[in-house]
Amino acid sequence: MAERVGVYVCHCGSNIAGKVDVADVAKFASEHIKDVVVARDYKFMCSDLGQKMVEEDIKKEGLTRVVVAACSPHLHEKTFRRACSNGGLNPYLLDMTNIREHCSWVHKDPVAATEKAKSLVSASAERVKFQQPLEPMYVDVNPTTLVVGGGIAGLQATLELADAGHKVVLVERLPSIGGHMAQFDKTFPTLDCSACILTPKMSEVGQHENVRLLTYAELEEVTGSVGNFHVKIRQKARKVDFDLCTGCGICVEKCPRKVVDTEFEAGMGMRKAIYMPFPQAVPRVPVLDTESCIWFERQRCQTCEKLCPTKAIRFDQEDEIIEVDVGNIIIATGWKPFDCTKIPQYGYGRLPNVYTGMEFERLCNAAGPTSGKIVLRDGKTVPKSVAIIHCVGSRDLNHNPYCSGICCMAALKFAHLLIEKTGAQVYSFYIDIRTNQKDYEEFYQRLLQEGVHFVRGKVSEVTDATRRPDETGKTIVQCEDTLTGRQERYPVDMVILMGALEPQFDARELGLKCGISCSMAGFYTERHPKLDPVATMTDGIFIAGVCQGPKDIPASVVQGAAAAARVAGMITKGKVMIEPIVASIREEDCSGCRICNNMCPYNAIEFDETRAVSRVITALCKGCGTCVSACPAGVIEGAHFNNSQIFAEIEGALWDAVPPAGVPGESESAGVSAS
Amino acid sequence: MSDDSFEPKIVGFLCNWCSYRAADLAGTARISHAPNVRIIRVMCSGRVDPTFVLKALSLGADGVMIAGCHPGECHYIEQNYKAMRRYYMLQHTLKAMGVEEQRVQLVWASAAEGQQLADAIDKLVADVKALGPLGWSKNWAENGDRIRALEDIVNEHKEALEVPR
Amino acid sequence: MKYAYYPGCSLEAGSAAYDVSVRAVAKVLGFELEELDDWNCCGATEYFSQDELVATSVIARNLAICRPDQKELIAPCAACFLNLKKTDQLMAEHSEVRSKVNEALAAGGLHYDPGQVRVRHLLDLIYTDIGEAALREKIKQPLTGLRVAPYYGCQVVRPMNGFDNTEYPMKMDELFTWLGAEVVDYPVKAHCCGGHMTQISEGAAYELIRRLLDSAVEHEADLILCMCPMCQLNLDAYQALVSSYFQKNFQMPIIFFTQLLGVALGLDFETVKIGKEIVSAGPVIKAKLGAAPSQTGA
Repeated sequence: MAERVGVYVCHCGSNIAGKVDVADVAKFASEHIKDVVVARDYKFMCSDLGQKMVEEDIKKEGLTRVVVAACSPHLHEKTFRRACSNGGLNPYLLDMTNIREHCSWVHKDPVAATEKAKSLVSASAERVKFQQPLEPMYVDVNPTTLVVGGGIAGLQATLELADAGHKVVLVERLPSIGGHMAQFDKTFPTLDCSACILTPKMSEVGQHENVRLLTYAELEEVTGSVGNFHVKIRQKARKVDFDLCTGCGICVEKCPRKVVDTEFEAGMGMRKAIYMPFPQAVPRVPVLDTESCIWFERQRCQTCEKLCPTKAIRFDQEDEIIEVDVGNIIIATGWKPFDCTKIPQYGYGRLPNVYTGMEFERLCNAAGPTSGKIVLRDGKTVPKSVAIIHCVGSRDLNHNPYCSGICCMAALKFAHLLIEKTGAQVYSFYIDIRTNQKDYEEFYQRLLQEGVHFVRGKVSEVTDATRRPDETGKTIVQCEDTLTGRQERYPVDMVILMGALEPQFDARELGLKCGISCSMAGFYTERHPKLDPVATMTDGIFIAGVCQGPKDIPASVVQGAAAAARVAGMITKGKVMIEPIVASIREEDCSGCRICNNMCPYNAIEFDETRAVSRVITALCKGCGTCVSACPAGVIEGAHFNNSQIFAEIEGALWDAVPPAGVPGESESAGVSAS
Repeated sequence: MSDDSFEPKIVGFLCNWCSYRAADLAGTARISHAPNVRIIRVMCSGRVDPTFVLKALSLGADGVMIAGCHPGECHYIEQNYKAMRRYYMLQHTLKAMGVEEQRVQLVWASAAEGQQLADAIDKLVADVKALGPLGWSKNWAENGDRIRALEDIVNEHKEALEVPR
Repeated sequence: MKYAYYPGCSLEAGSAAYDVSVRAVAKVLGFELEELDDWNCCGATEYFSQDELVATSVIARNLAICRPDQKELIAPCAACFLNLKKTDQLMAEHSEVRSKVNEALAAGGLHYDPGQVRVRHLLDLIYTDIGEAALREKIKQPLTGLRVAPYYGCQVVRPMNGFDNTEYPMKMDELFTWLGAEVVDYPVKAHCCGGHMTQISEGAAYELIRRLLDSAVEHEADLILCMCPMCQLNLDAYQALVSSYFQKNFQMPIIFFTQLLGVALGLDFETVKIGKEIVSAGPVIKAKLGAAPSQTGA
């Protein structure tokens, strides 16, 4: 029996109708496409009235297929599927074709745009006839959640969920949770102490009955899909028995080996070979760094082992793989600071008095290596003049084109701390000052009052090559002040480089493990940049904090909470719908060649040895269709994107091409009459 | 040589996650480009069966675009690499059939690259315009005898060609 | 290894020491430089600002006369290198330039397709093609104890040339570290030498030269290594004038990097023409390296 197709062409106000002759497209559909029984154009198809029109036509005209030519299916496919459902038609018997983003908005010539719209409608109408009714699938949601990353965003997400009564597994790569925020001295613009507001959250997470905290651990593998992920976590060997250790700290105190702490102290301070990264670390269990430990170097010492009152030191401890089942995953893996040696003309690593922002944070911090005294690397000289350079590695086509967002405010904070603690003259070299959050502009105004010299210009070099007597012994910043148009030289005692926020070094690798993608810059891609900023294209995987893009603490906290709310919603619902777009194998026709087996990155195709056929594990299949196009016998069916649908779509799209007369076997699947 | 009035018909297979969204973005950002590419959405560039391309060409398309996420950014982890492998294999076959390689182009565009996709479309259209019509379907019609001869051979060996059940 | 060689006019005149030392070093390092037959002017620093199209055409002739087997062209002079490279790039990027230049070349029966010849600087060749291992093997006289200031100048490291960091190049630094020298972190290594400003505004030029010399003195360099005839000329020949202009007493030897490289490879001063410079480099090299090569020529 022939299908009864309804075609609806949307004006979208003037968005489509302003360029495409919508009435002509509808007329074309009704006159030239076989089986089209209704073809209408309407002002706003997505409006209630537009949807009602589809519903009523299904009932009155007995439509068996619906085509909506409007905007992108990513915007309104759900809307029209619902309309079909309401009209009593299976929602998968709808096809949307995009004549707005792909047509009216991008083509100049109305005639060409109208012709293209006709082709798209024709393709869609031919395809829809081959669509089949499908039923969405539902799976139970495991109520436990995995949070990756114990910085402020991850901590917030963890606490939101744990406080609501849900189990959370929190994985942190470093020995303690806290993230970059634990390294900071003050937070802008209120200047409250970072540790004072962060450490209560850290200890709460450490003690929470609903939180399983795995520090010094990394995500190894993720399998499964939304609702039911199976995760392998590598617990790196601390060389300390986690259960026996009381955190007394004797091992740390007595360890004779001191090394530069490049991690927490950003190279500004020392730590022992067995260490806790900072006094408020959570958990209070030290980690033994085997690369600097004397025992691992030449089998001597063992001081820590001898002195430990609970005998918790384990030199022979190995990495361990921990497996957990979770329903959702929140990625909050943060960022890494830009490597300032990549801009050699700024002298970092060559000139002693050039610092990175993170080094300065530690220098300022009361708990830092100088107890908060701002002194040069000689340990005593207090700088009398300081240059702060903005946008080092940000807004720079040679490195990162994006704005790192927080550096202007951090630079203002540094300027304030410098003036307060040292009374130094502060020069701030900026391209633009960006202070567009609550109370930020006011902070900038305050710093203007405090007498910071703001110089608008991109610094060309930081050098020790002197030109004038007053430059002797100074570090000189050369910059064109673009407000006066003059090249100026600023001899200073200290230079601070506000390096960019960059994606974690392994962001792409972790993204691959979780099946989420990164932007060109390497930050994780959100499902929608405005309307869905914490979800990803992979259901059940959420992102929060700087791993999604540079942002400050308040914004990271908001995202952590937002991701937690999304997960909580999934847990409350208990079940999750999965699009039935999956592959299936007609086992009776399968020759057992196993070509498809290796096509699947999710291992969703298993081989039945006894019957010598391959089979798709529906719950694992994500519906990419690669196996479908690989099967030499053509016996894999890709639901909603099967061969007959796509062939019909191709034929429809080329309705106006030269008809392939004389070619046997053509024009069977579709019935377009060329005009 | 190319005829100025020649407007090639091109079929584009765009993946749901990156390149189709790039085309959406080109729309939202009003990045104008040539109207010759008729876009067909597939879930992944890995879904693009080489026969889709052959089918399009045989039905009168003058060119085909296959677009996917950038290597390493595939929504399905690595399926675009499989698309790439098939693409080169297909190019090999097309070459043997005398189809210029610029007619079938593989393009990477992330969901953020509306401009790049629009540029790729313009380039493909310009390349195909320079080559002129492919006229495969017409040639087939003219070579009806040869086709019929082939068909006879196929019919003769029908049993041998059938997939055993 | 065989390369086409474009010496340029400076290397035939005032900077003969560069040419001689380049050829001598090539012999020791085992690469062959085949001088282009009938090469012409590179346009120097001025011609491009006079008439870009004519300049491009004149320079393109040098690329066009390369034989098909001459795929890589080496130009030690910074200006020659930059102009040849720029010409190739202009022709590649602008089809109009390409066709007009080829129209001009056609008058002489020549033709050039951009990309046909790869223009390279000598430093790139020695650093990349010879490389650290091969170079270390050939050291006869390690430069231990000699403090050198590598000076790149402005032309060789421009962004399009691409083989070293534009703002703070390091390849010559690394090269001389391999040879055992103490390479000072010379902060003005890519700053201006004054160029032809000496002819237009001597005050400005002298100030630029002074900065370079001052910084070398401040960093206790024994000598400055150049890779550009213009730089070498300005720093060496104008040194006395700059000294009296600023009431200083500069005694900074300025030589080409290939000259000192030659010394490290065991060549004597005469062979690499040390002694042709005005502020003599011989004594300090001899003093620092102890066992001095036989002839000094100073």
